[in-house]
Order: sequence, then structure tokens, then C-alpha cells
Amino acid sequence: MPQSPADRTAARTAIRDEATRLRALFEAAGAQVVDPPVLQPADTLLDLYGEDIRARAYVTSDAVRGEQMLRPDFTVPVVQMHMAHGAEPARYTYAGEVFRRQEDFPDRANEYFQTGYEVFDRTDPAAADAEVFALIREALGDLPLRAAMGDIGILTAAVDGLETTPARKAALRRHIWRPRRFRALLDRYAGRTPVPETRAALLASADPLADCAPLIGLRDRAEIAARIERLRDDAAAPPISENAVALLDAILSVRETLPFALDHLRDISVDLPAIAPAVERLAARVEALSARGIDIDTLEFEASYGRTSMEYYDGFVFGFYAEGRSDLPPVATGGRYDALTRVLGQGAEIPAVGGVIRPGLLLDLRAAP
Amino acid sequence: MTIKLGVPSKGRLMEKTFEWFAARGITLSRSASEREYAGAVDGIDNVELVLLSAGEIPRELAAGRIHLGVTGTDLVREKLGQWDQQVQELAELGFGHADLIIAVPAAWVDVDTLDDLDAAAAAFRARHGFRMRIATKYHRLVRDFLRHAGVADYALVDSQGATEGTVKFETAEAVADITSTGETLRANHLKLLQDGMILRSQATLFRSRAADMTEADRATLQQLCQMIGVD
Repeated sequence: MPQSPADRTAARTAIRDEATRLRALFEAAGAQVVDPPVLQPADTLLDLYGEDIRARAYVTSDAVRGEQMLRPDFTVPVVQMHMAHGAEPARYTYAGEVFRRQEDFPDRANEYFQTGYEVFDRTDPAAADAEVFALIREALGDLPLRAAMGDIGILTAAVDGLETTPARKAALRRHIWRPRRFRALLDRYAGRTPVPETRAALLASADPLADCAPLIGLRDRAEIAARIERLRDDAAAPPISENAVALLDAILSVRETLPFALDHLRDISVDLPAIAPAVERLAARVEALSARGIDIDTLEFEASYGRTSMEYYDGFVFGFYAEGRSDLPPVATGGRYDALTRVLGQGAEIPAVGGVIRPGLLLDLRAAP
Repeated sequence: MTIKLGVPSKGRLMEKTFEWFAARGITLSRSASEREYAGAVDGIDNVELVLLSAGEIPRELAAGRIHLGVTGTDLVREKLGQWDQQVQELAELGFGHADLIIAVPAAWVDVDTLDDLDAAAAAFRARHGFRMRIATKYHRLVRDFLRHAGVADYALVDSQGATEGTVKFETAEAVADITSTGETLRANHLKLLQDGMILRSQATLFRSRAADMTEADRATLQQLCQMIGVD
């Protein structure tokens, strides 16, 4: 760790230079340089991520503009900018600092550089996925890195393909990024966990609202009645079959090199045809990666990768990790976020994929013996 | 050098703390003038009494400006990140019991668990266009608890007092607050969630991990620990 003010300044300058060098690589690959502000309106981020973002991002405020956040990443402002003014197709690159609270990991940096590359292009999503992955890999140089990849789209397709009520599917889809709650819901819908006593009593009651306490607050009687109705419908619906749960578990446990994972998922899709289109999208991606000169035979695919940390990614996800350094965060991450463009696009949407590198980590790894 | 002991500067918490130490042979007393936040310690040498607001004691412990401090577990966990790296619990004092809980309107007959709260929050957001609001002053504790439980589509709104009233005034749909009895909840037509217990708090004696100590101070601390029955 650099100690003196001169050392610290030199280290920061080196990181900034590296961030700029990486950005120049992406610019040479055809990206337009963009430079979003550090301060972002808090409401957009809060609306997207909910309360969790407050645990991750720094919030500040003034009396005129209200709450602002120090940008926790560039993706959201770049998507907003593109959806407001961008011509299609578009490729963007940026380099700058992001800010993350690290209250649970005080040793981790709460302010660090990122250089990113984002592609908004509807012509060939598989090719765009491969383009981002290959460019990032190339920019990382010849460091010995382990690549991890997954595909949230396959899990989503599996949920959509379940033989159960739309309400249950929607609830499971909503919690794909919260594996614990997802599992609890699945167990409930499969009849593996008993119905809580309070709910059983509620469902047994002919008129649950008959002599309840005085109703206060904004949530009105109609909303309560509507939820009771949904609970009755749910209680009447047959459980999700053990077989279907086993198929979901089979998908979630896929973790092998890309060609084997693809075979495995194709086997599963025989019993669960709903995932076939998503599996074929993965196949097209594998081919596009191969065409880009990536050695797909050694790449690891993990179906549950990216479920906990990257809420806006909804398809292809990837990360690069330093071999033997599980103490370090990934040196680069990325993925597809089509749904984010829909949320921020006010009616418009465009397939989008991107990735970021942490130049500071890259320099540390290069300097390590 | 002396060991500085931080104690809440007023009210029942101060009196109970004085009684707790008195029962163990250490007499704490506030100086004659009620306005002066200074005190005296008898029964052990080289310990200095510092009277502080209970809410400031966690910060003073973390900064190492006091060696020991009495405050609620809730305050330590809310205010200090990685609290157990910064302070050590020496003894639970057996008073100042308070539970941090989540409560919803008692008329919500369809909501009894966090699972229900999450589902109701999703429907609420779809219907009203904003997230279900939970009023609290314990932002970190509540957020960590709900994240761990996988509850989504809620927003915390700050409430520094009269939190139980926020639902009636429609500035929040639910509350997360300290309750020593259920009476305030019932009077405000609220009920506990079955699995909505965030933290059971009580007055606790903490040791700062950051405060500087001389050899003599260590001896003093050891003697004090012996007197209060802490290994």
C-alpha cells in the first residue's frame, strides 16, 4: 500500500492513466466516449433498486435538487442518455470513478475507477454479447484470469414454463435475484412447507374482514380483499410438481464447461421445452464467441451465476476473476440488460449489453509477483 | 491515567445503571448541580464517570474517547458498522428492554408474516405507483433485516418520533420501531408481524476496542471486571 502523499498521488495517476488507456482501446473499437455526471438524481436509482441501493450507494442532498447519489455505476446514466437522445445502433465507452459504501467490508475500496463499454444494437444479440466479452478479455491482456458466465434468461424461461398459475410465476420471477426468498416461495408452491397457521385460519374464515380492527392508512379494504382473493386462488391451485421442482434444481446446478453445459441444458429442455429458445440463444452466443476466437472448451458456465449481485442483468452475465485470489472482487464484469432499457425508456426499448473493467485491480494484479 | 465510563446522562436509564453498579460495590453519582454533566465514582480508583446522551455513547466508544459505556444494543448496532469489531459486549444489565419490531395495521388480516408483507408490498406498488413505506429511525437495522429476509418493494421513511402515528397520517403504511410493551401498538391499531422481530435490545455495558490504555488502566479494568463479575 502506498503511504506518502507522493506515492498515493502517483498510484492514483497510474490508475487514471490505465482507465484512460482502456477507454482509448474501446474508442478504437468504435465506441463513442461519454462522460456522465458524478451526481445522479436519487429517485431513478431508488425506483430501480429500492431501499437496497441505500446500503450500497452514497446519498447526499441539497434544498433545491433534493436527494442525489454519487454514481454507483455508469450503466444507468448511460442507458438514460441513450434512451433520451441516442441514435441506433450505438456503442459507448467511459472511464471514471464510482462510489460504493462498504460497511460490511471496510477493507474494500469505496471509491474506484471503472472503464466500460456498452452496446445498444438490435441486429444480432449473440454477436453483441460475444463482442463485449471478447473486447473486455482482450483489454485485460494476458493476465491469468478465470472467466465465469451464466444466463439469467434461462432461469426466467424455466419459471415462465412452469405449469402453475400466472400469479405464482410472477412472484417467482420477481425474486429471481433473491435466491433465499425464491427458494422459500418455490417450497411453498410445491407444498413442501406447511401453510402458516395464520393463513390457514384466514382461508377458513367465511368473512375475514368481518370484525377486524379499525382500518387505518392508505392500503384500503379493497386491496386487502383482493389479496385474500388471491390467497384463496392460490390455495385452490394444485402444487407445483416435484418433477418441475427437480427440473428447476437441475438447471440451477448446471456448472461445467460451456459445451457440456449446453448439452446438459438441451437435455433438460426435452422435459422443459419452455427453455428451448433461451438455450438456443446460448448456443448462438457460444458460436459467436467461438467466431471471435474465444476458446469455448475451457470456459465455465454456471446457471446460477449473477443471481445475487447484479440485479439489472437479465440475460448473459459474465465476470473475470484473478486465479487464486478469491479475496478480490472480479476485475471485470458485465452482462445483458434489455429490461433496464425498457424501464428507463418510457415505452421504448433496445437490446443492450455491456461490461466494466476495474483498472485499479488490473494494475495491482499486474504488479503482484 | 483513568478509565472513562460513559453512562446515559438522565432518566431511568441513568438511575438503573447507577443501581446496577451500586449492587456491585461501585457507587456512581452525579455532581450536586443538576446542570453539570459530571459525576463521581466511589468504590474503585482511577475510574472517571462521563455522562452522555445514550445515543452518543456508541460513537464515543467507537472513537475510543471513552473506555466503557452503557447504552442499548439497538443503538450500537444501528450506529456502528461492523459493531463487534469496534466494541465488545461485557455484560447485559437486565433493564432497558426494548424490541425493535415491524408492525402493520391490525386490520391487515392478510398480513402476518414477512412473506405476506413482501407480497402486499408488490401489490401496493402496482396499485399506488410507489413502494410501500415503512417509517423508522433504525434505517440500517431494518434495511439489513428486510434484505436478509428477501422483502422487496418497500421504502424506508425517516421518523424520529411518534412513529406509530405515521400510518394514521398516511405518511407510511407500516412501522419499524422500538416497543417495550404492545400497548402503544394496540392503541394505534397496529399489530406485530410474527417473524418481524428485528432485535431484542437491552441496556448493555460495552468496552471500546479503540481506546488507548496504559498498564495501570488495564489493571483498573481487570479490577472493575472482577467486581462486576465479568471474566
